[in-house]
Amino acid sequence: MATDQIENSPKVSYQRRGDTAQFALSGDWTLIASSLVEDQAAVIVSEGRGAARAVIDVHDVARLDTAGAWLINRSRDELAHAGVDVAVEGARPEHNLLLEEAHFRRFAPPARRKGNALVDMFAELGRLVVTGFRDLHAGMGFLGEFVADVGRIFVRPWRFRGVSLVFHIERFGFHGVPIIALINVLVGGIVAQQGIFQLRRFGASSYAVDLIGILILRELGVLLTSIMLAGRSGSAITAELGSMKMREEIDALRVMGLSPIEVLVAPRVLALMVALPLLTVIADMMALFGGLLVSWVYEGISPAAFLGLLQRAIGRNTFYVGLIKAPFMAFVIGLIGAMEGLATEGSAESLGRHVTASVVKSIFMVIVLDGFFAIFFAAIDY
Amino acid sequence: MNELRTTTNGAGAKHAPETVIRVRGLVVGFGDQVVVDDVDLDVYRGEVLGFVGGSGQGKTVLMRTILGLLDKRAGSIELFGKNRDSLPEEERHWLEQRWGVLFQNGALFSSQTVKQNIQMPMRENRDVSHRFMDELAMLKLELVGLPADAADKLPSELSGGMVKRAALARALSLDPELLFLDEPTSGLDPIGAAEFDELIATLQKTLGLTVFMVTHDLDSLYSICDRVAAIADGKVIAAGAMETMLASDHPWLHAYFHGVRGRRLTGALSQRKDETWKPAPVTR
Repeated sequence: MATDQIENSPKVSYQRRGDTAQFALSGDWTLIASSLVEDQAAVIVSEGRGAARAVIDVHDVARLDTAGAWLINRSRDELAHAGVDVAVEGARPEHNLLLEEAHFRRFAPPARRKGNALVDMFAELGRLVVTGFRDLHAGMGFLGEFVADVGRIFVRPWRFRGVSLVFHIERFGFHGVPIIALINVLVGGIVAQQGIFQLRRFGASSYAVDLIGILILRELGVLLTSIMLAGRSGSAITAELGSMKMREEIDALRVMGLSPIEVLVAPRVLALMVALPLLTVIADMMALFGGLLVSWVYEGISPAAFLGLLQRAIGRNTFYVGLIKAPFMAFVIGLIGAMEGLATEGSAESLGRHVTASVVKSIFMVIVLDGFFAIFFAAIDY
Repeated sequence: MNELRTTTNGAGAKHAPETVIRVRGLVVGFGDQVVVDDVDLDVYRGEVLGFVGGSGQGKTVLMRTILGLLDKRAGSIELFGKNRDSLPEEERHWLEQRWGVLFQNGALFSSQTVKQNIQMPMRENRDVSHRFMDELAMLKLELVGLPADAADKLPSELSGGMVKRAALARALSLDPELLFLDEPTSGLDPIGAAEFDELIATLQKTLGLTVFMVTHDLDSLYSICDRVAAIADGKVIAAGAMETMLASDHPWLHAYFHGVRGRRLTGALSQRKDETWKPAPVTR
């Protein structure tokens, strides 16, 4: 590949005079010749072995770089170790400098860490568990800090940043409406379609409306919206706070005597807690609308009939179950997002890592929390 | 300084120096803004050219245009006597392997160890054995003055000065003839910066490099540059040896070399009783 670029390929001409091996080097001894230089150097070593004396004449070398110089020196060293008396002769001054700079030395191989694969695996597992608990611990600490700082806002309400709150409600809530509406229409439609198809086998396809109503209002509406918000706004919070942390803006706030939690985190978390319930209502309505459309098209349930069946299937509490969960989900998303953002270190890689961690953790926590709510509502029979 | 120039120009001094970079009538701009306006610049083989200019005056833009990272609006750039625009893809690829670039923040690949970083250009562009690549990487590491145990570290585990050195080792990976340095001493402490200057000077001599150095650092200009070119408002306002720069009465150059920091260094220079140096004309 590299060879077509060299006009002057490296060459070694070899002569044996008695027990002296004479090598005359010519051409370009540079890295651009790639394996050619290596091959030529190997020739020196293989031919020179067995001779009592070897002379490497580098006078006719046209160009030399550190790679070539290194190979000449290495060949010399290898011959010397084979018991040959080697001399490098005829170097031009500029080449001499290079040959000197690239003199042969043995580089110690990097220390390989010895270890048992099984032990390593358990160690890794242990580390994961410990990190998990540390995260939980840190999360609790952060929660405490947050609650304390928000409590302080209640004592001095004029310190609260209303403009910031409204700005973030617009960003997290209002700007999220189109995508939330779209995915919920689709999911509502998909649930309806599956419900109708599966229940049709029992001749109970009109119960699909019950399925749609309960599933969407209790679980899917709020869950999908939370997951979407974790991906859309939770990550944005982490990225914003993380880049502020990287550029020492957080530290600048601290030295001004301001609490970053009060100034930055509280408005964002509270905005999420306002935005998510509002988005959940929209999500519920859109998903029901999607279900209505599909039931109409697939099963011929007219909108009026759909609404009648829906009214019979759900109560006001079905709707509230979903809605009650929303602010808690928002709180968890906001807190995790802020915590990961503030945990960012100096580098861009660290920021990327924390944004990913923020999304993964908040989606995980949202689902866990939803599970707890399901148990709780079942226990109180709501 | 004179001493340095004769040694570095060594071979080239006998005949007319070969032009490694020849820029003619270069215009670069973004939108309505013209950053580099009709610039001519020559860099000769074997010299260290210091390229100075205030922030936002187009130093880095010019360098990035020469490297082909930015598009030009007009003008021509010749490297090693070849106009890059008219070269076929294949040849341009080869041309680009004759230079090494040290970016301001090192630009080491963060997911690779220092050794892998240094070997990257060899692995991609050359056909050499694993052993040879390892040896070359370690050799380069030693040339730039890094300890052997830095080889298996990730860039994030290195200090600022070590990152610069590792990045220099990577720039030297293919033994380039031409080395671009973008503010090599920025972010280093004065001792580290002086050491880095010295390193560049040593490498330039041993490897016979041509160096194009964008810099702010007056110390670097005095200690290692053979020639200096200055850019202001998108134009090269002066180019030549340090003496010409000091004698120039362009307001920016005057402020730069005869400001508080500059004076301190020129003072130091005059104490060395360098015969060719004349005191700058007193303008005020």
